[in-house]
Amino acid sequence: MPSLGRFIRVTIRAWVLLLLIMAAPSPSLAQQINPTASSVNERQLLQEMDRIQGRVSIPDQRSSVLLQPAGREWREFRNVALRWIGGGAILGMLAVLLVFYLTRGMVRLESGRSGRTIVRFTVFERFVHWMTATCFIILAISGLNITFGRPLLLPLIGFEAFSEWSQWAKYAHNYLSFPFTIGVILIFLMWIAGNIPNKVDVAWIKRGGGIVGHDHPPAYRFNAGQKMIYWIVVIGGGLVAATGYVLMFPFYISGIEGMQMAQIIHSVVAVLFVAAMIAHIYIGTIGMEGAFEAMGSGEVDLNWAREHHSLWLDEQSGRTGPNDQRPQPATAAAE
Amino acid sequence: MARMKFLCDADRCIECNACVTACKNEHEVPWGINRRRVVTINDGKPGERSVSMACMHCTEAPCAAVCPVNCFYTTADGVVLHSKDLCIGCGYCFYACPFGAPQYPKVGNFGSRGKMDKCTYCAGGPEADGSKEEYEKYGANRLAEGKLPLCAEMCSTKSLLAGDGEIIAQIYKERVLKRGYGSGAWGWKTAYRETIES
Repeated sequence: MPSLGRFIRVTIRAWVLLLLIMAAPSPSLAQQINPTASSVNERQLLQEMDRIQGRVSIPDQRSSVLLQPAGREWREFRNVALRWIGGGAILGMLAVLLVFYLTRGMVRLESGRSGRTIVRFTVFERFVHWMTATCFIILAISGLNITFGRPLLLPLIGFEAFSEWSQWAKYAHNYLSFPFTIGVILIFLMWIAGNIPNKVDVAWIKRGGGIVGHDHPPAYRFNAGQKMIYWIVVIGGGLVAATGYVLMFPFYISGIEGMQMAQIIHSVVAVLFVAAMIAHIYIGTIGMEGAFEAMGSGEVDLNWAREHHSLWLDEQSGRTGPNDQRPQPATAAAE
Repeated sequence: MARMKFLCDADRCIECNACVTACKNEHEVPWGINRRRVVTINDGKPGERSVSMACMHCTEAPCAAVCPVNCFYTTADGVVLHSKDLCIGCGYCFYACPFGAPQYPKVGNFGSRGKMDKCTYCAGGPEADGSKEEYEKYGANRLAEGKLPLCAEMCSTKSLLAGDGEIIAQIYKERVLKRGYGSGAWGWKTAYRETIES
């Protein structure tokens, strides 16, 4: 039977060939599937990047970040650095103002009151100012509560009361951000014309602005100090609003790192903002005679305008014809 | 008392997501919230590994440190829990957490956050053990019944381990020794500031 012998030969040859094919690549194949050689390693991944991200099969793709130790640095900032920056800025400002008030006292109207007034801020301007100011005070208190409430207020009023208050403070903080932002935008638009820094400001600062000493350097509608406050409100307010919305709408704009960064900018700018506003409130109330009226009734005394904003008064008088409204001495005003 | 920890042996995880499902079912976790998830690293590439991750119940937990209303507490077993009555939903624990554990139900306007929800290590919350209120807010309290977290208990490959930290570390060490490799105790350095030498 030649056909059987041939069949056996072919079969043996085929087997030998198959064995040869399988034998040749087998050592390298064993290396490829060795899990130790190729597996990802946590320590190595963390060294390469500051976080470990993968793929998840659940719909929430944000949960694909497995590990992100950057939270530790943010925690250090929030619990230590921010409390020093905020406490330092606010208490420091209060201390400076207290020392200033005790040594300098209220900046008086040197020529007394004339009894005649001039419109400084219109009803609309005052409305925008007080809307922004009211929002700011509530936002500042509810914001400071997040940073300083736990060590300072919580031990005094207990867990339940503090949580209840903080919950309402959070709602107020979120909702009042909208009128505050509108206020900042309106302030920016409405007073930009008078707040471009110029040469007069340089001279004003060189002469101490009337804050140091008893000088009365000339100024237009806004002096260099007020321009500073204006730009602090516009830039600071813009920054806190922008970063605040990043935090309020999580993941709309950025991931966790972005939110950590936003919280850092938000809180640092906010505490500096609060310190600056404390100075603003001081000079607008007990710091200077006749200043509050500008935002209160909207009208200031002519003598006040002459002492603090002489160039502005000249402008206003020029617009309404020759200046025949010489400021009266204090005795005349008393009649 | 034992110091309870989670350990995911990534060399055993087959990404079946049963732990995720078990957790959602056991605690009736609302839609959109995942207390546990499985993340696959290097998906489809050589050396791919899957890790099941939830709250790691950290030592000196960052969430507890940054919480403005101090709503977190650590149990005698080392489990980090929080009170939903005190939580104001500010999101700070989420910024601080290295594991992305805190979750917030979307309630109210904008992206505003409701009360935070996270893995409780199947240990409930501050309410009375096994009470209806506790179940509604935090889910089942298996630990009070002498049971370990369900995710680890029902893991088919015994990749996810839960229990006393020293014991599960020992189990992992023996596994690594026997099979000769291990991709590490994921998250341990960050959560407990220790690693299991392998």
